Amino acid sequence: MSEQRVGDHTGELRVGEPIPELKVTPDRYLTYRYAGASGDFNPIHIDEEFARSVGLPGKILHGLWSMAQVARALTDAAGGPTHLKRLSVQFRGMGVPEQEVTVRGIVREIADGRAIVDVEAEQSGSKIIRNAEATLAL
Amino acid sequence: MPVNTKAIGKSFPPMRYAVGREKIREYSRAVGETNPLHFDLDAARAAGFSDVVAPPMFAVVYGLPAVGVALFDPEVEANFARLVHGGQELQWGPVLVAGDEVSTEVSVADIFERVGLGYYIFESVSRNQRGEEVCRGTWTNIVRGV
Repeated sequence: MSEQRVGDHTGELRVGEPIPELKVTPDRYLTYRYAGASGDFNPIHIDEEFARSVGLPGKILHGLWSMAQVARALTDAAGGPTHLKRLSVQFRGMGVPEQEVTVRGIVREIADGRAIVDVEAEQSGSKIIRNAEATLAL
Repeated sequence: MPVNTKAIGKSFPPMRYAVGREKIREYSRAVGETNPLHFDLDAARAAGFSDVVAPPMFAVVYGLPAVGVALFDPEVEANFARLVHGGQELQWGPVLVAGDEVSTEVSVADIFERVGLGYYIFESVSRNQRGEEVCRGTWTNIVRGV
């Protein structure tokens, strides 16, 4: 099948080794674009005043946007979108715009043509996604 | 106030979603995708797909409206003002491309209370127009201070 060749631009995955780190800084207006793209218009993501009124520091990132950054690090590492078979995450703390987010992962296990990868996303020293686990088809 | 568990097991009518090329591009831009399969029709076709490919997390776009119906169901009684997204699990089958149609069925997997937090767990199963399971999701929502 030729379908998995495009994007097969990265090296092999090896047990105990990290996947390439992904760094991204969501700009000031990212939450609006993600709200429009995803359909999630919860005001805690797009309304500064509302967010403060419910005890948040200000507009916060959508957890599912942060999860998409984890997914992107994985599909980039594995060679494209068809390789990601499972992703499970816990949302912790909260991400905010205009600060860099870093996704890191380590290959825990490879068996039967699949890799299990432990992943997390961190921003300004605190984890915004933890205990994430992914299954990649090799 | 204890959580109301009467909605456990309730399932909702399937919701259909037509996957559009520009929506895939819009979503892919919003999450910072760079793989040409998500944007470039020629690249997607050269790779054997009939149209641009939806990133795996596009499952949010067709899944969220269906989960929303369950979450807003009066029998579920979740307090939205105190709702946070606690966790998410997604499992994928074949990828979706523009032109596909997805049908998503959501059910209430569990509702329970633990140390002052109310857990509302929904399960979604999404199938394409050929009946293949393209995504199965577990959506964990937590209500603070039940």
